[in-house]
Amino acid sequence: MISRRRLLSASAATVLLAACGSNTGRGNGQALRQWYHAYGEPGVQQAVERYAKSYDKVPVEVQWNPGDYESKLATSLLSGTGPDVFESTLQISAVRSNQIVALDDVISSARDDFTATILAGHTVDGKVYGVPQAVDMQMLFYRKSMFAAAGLQPPSTVDELVEAARKLTSGGVKGLFAGNDGGAAVLGGPALWSAGLDYVTPEHQVGFDDPLAAQAIGKLRDLYSSGALLLGAVKDWAEPDAFTQGLVAMQWTGLWTVPAVQKALGDDFGVLPWPRLNDAGRPSVPVGAFGAMVNAKSSRIDEAKEFVRWLWVERADYQEDFNLSYGFHIPPRASLAAKAAKLQSGQAADAVKFVRDNAKSSNPPDWTSAMRTSYTDAVSRVIRDGAPADAELRTAVSKVRDELKRIYG
Amino acid sequence: MRHSRAFWLFVGPFTAGLAIFVYLPIGWSVLLSFFDARNTVTPSTFVGFANYADMLTDASFLRSLGTFSLFALFVVPLTFVLALALALLVNGIRSMQAFFRSVFFMPFACSYVVASLVWKLSIFNGVRFGLANTVLGWFGAEPIAWTVSTSPPWYWLVLVTLRLWLQLGFYMILFIAGLQRIPRVLYEAASIDGASSGWQTLRFITLPQLRTTSVAVLLLLLVAAYQAFDEFYNVLGAGPFGRPPLLYLYNIALGSGGQDFGHGSAGAVILTLLIAGVTLAHGKVFAR
Repeated sequence: MISRRRLLSASAATVLLAACGSNTGRGNGQALRQWYHAYGEPGVQQAVERYAKSYDKVPVEVQWNPGDYESKLATSLLSGTGPDVFESTLQISAVRSNQIVALDDVISSARDDFTATILAGHTVDGKVYGVPQAVDMQMLFYRKSMFAAAGLQPPSTVDELVEAARKLTSGGVKGLFAGNDGGAAVLGGPALWSAGLDYVTPEHQVGFDDPLAAQAIGKLRDLYSSGALLLGAVKDWAEPDAFTQGLVAMQWTGLWTVPAVQKALGDDFGVLPWPRLNDAGRPSVPVGAFGAMVNAKSSRIDEAKEFVRWLWVERADYQEDFNLSYGFHIPPRASLAAKAAKLQSGQAADAVKFVRDNAKSSNPPDWTSAMRTSYTDAVSRVIRDGAPADAELRTAVSKVRDELKRIYG
Repeated sequence: MRHSRAFWLFVGPFTAGLAIFVYLPIGWSVLLSFFDARNTVTPSTFVGFANYADMLTDASFLRSLGTFSLFALFVVPLTFVLALALALLVNGIRSMQAFFRSVFFMPFACSYVVASLVWKLSIFNGVRFGLANTVLGWFGAEPIAWTVSTSPPWYWLVLVTLRLWLQLGFYMILFIAGLQRIPRVLYEAASIDGASSGWQTLRFITLPQLRTTSVAVLLLLLVAAYQAFDEFYNVLGAGPFGRPPLLYLYNIALGSGGQDFGHGSAGAVILTLLIAGVTLAHGKVFAR
């Protein structure tokens, strides 16, 4: 769970610091080295080892990396001892410092089959640098029975959502749980999208330099100050516990919790995208995907690329197995998502529809960690401290503008 | 000759370790602070003091420096007084002294991460069945989201109690060691001269005799306050409230795809200078 939480929201920080091992797993120099972070679901490790073993052109040695994968990977790429092939989200800095190679020729034949938003999250300056492996997404879960008892319809605008959260708060039940920080880490993006704004525009300008942004963030403050939010829960938003224990009527969490929620609540829940604020905005779901990448410092780039092509483009059956046999993800290839048996009905089918129609990249490659920190800090201060939204956002806008200028000139 | 060989045999490995794992990285970090070093530790773009200028105009960094200067101002005297009081109490009892010493020292052996999780998840969680909220419930009060609320900033209560629990025992031991070094004859002489055994002996014998220990404890406490990281990281996460300077720098240089070693190093140098400055000032004030 931990790594997935980081994948979708890097500012969530309940990750224990893990020491970096110095054993890089360098074998006899024959095998390609491939790294994964430690997936929480049982069976994934065996599965990826099985895939690697069935590749007959060159031997592939899989290394499973528990702990702080992101830091370990960054360090190893920096020092040149990194793996040939690895999974990661895409950061523009990795491209600009020539740490990874473009994979357009790898993905070529299947390019149009990959969900556009997902592929965009692995594209910088028009070139693809990662082949998406598995899609994770966040959405709003709501208890049908609680809504029915209160005579409420599922919200289709932010105002309706705030109103519903307020009305559903009574006794030991709160209206909404969106993380112990009041939603600062996970709702900052959806709030912008709800008003038709974004982090960064396609023209590389600040996407939220607009009075509407202050209004959108203000709604999150309204939620917080109305007392309708659950705060200080034992487990954070990435776990479904608050929702399944009946502490809240709605929770913002991820697709990965669907099996656990189904087990606990049966059919008594529905899923929604974050609603729109106004007519300019649209409902949205944040999506993210780990992609397979090739280390530019590898001495065997061509072999590594060929392996990635074989595993994540040619072997569609492996992609389906990887996404749906262990945890609960959506295959990034639309053709697979459309026909996978587990995604045909109920909340899972809704999720697939949201990814198709409402997906927004949870962490675009040019949304750097400096930008993210300054934006999330601003949102936090507005939500939890009641700081004036326009002033806080102005500070974030100027920081993001500086960063964009540095990146794109 | 033999003397010198033995000297290097014992001191050499330690010196080498210090040089390679402490001084070299510090030097490298200072070097990096003058370069545009993103995703590289061997940068080529010299930027002079630009990174320093950026950090010194970075509102978030300045805010965290300010917050932790305030934190130091508050937590250092508090820990000092409580540790001294605890030491006097434990040192004063006649039986079971070893037992109480161990009991109070034991939390120091506990991992900061483990203690943070206990504080965050069981004692001070925000739902109605958290320990603190259960107690509040007995008096009919509403549950409080301890680590979330910023007005009033309850998270300081969580962090200060946690820090006291973890650290008091260690400083208590330092004070006990100091107390046991005070010659008994001084107390006897004072008693003969007619000093009362309570406040007067404490004020005119014990505290002056503890001076060196006190200076050392104060210094350690100051440095520890500015270097706060673990419990803040684990209890509060990365949000802007109660964020220590080191955590902010960690996010810039090492956290979640940051890898901006230039700005991170510049910030680290600024923090080091600040700690060194505070320490020197402290030395001036307390110098004999």
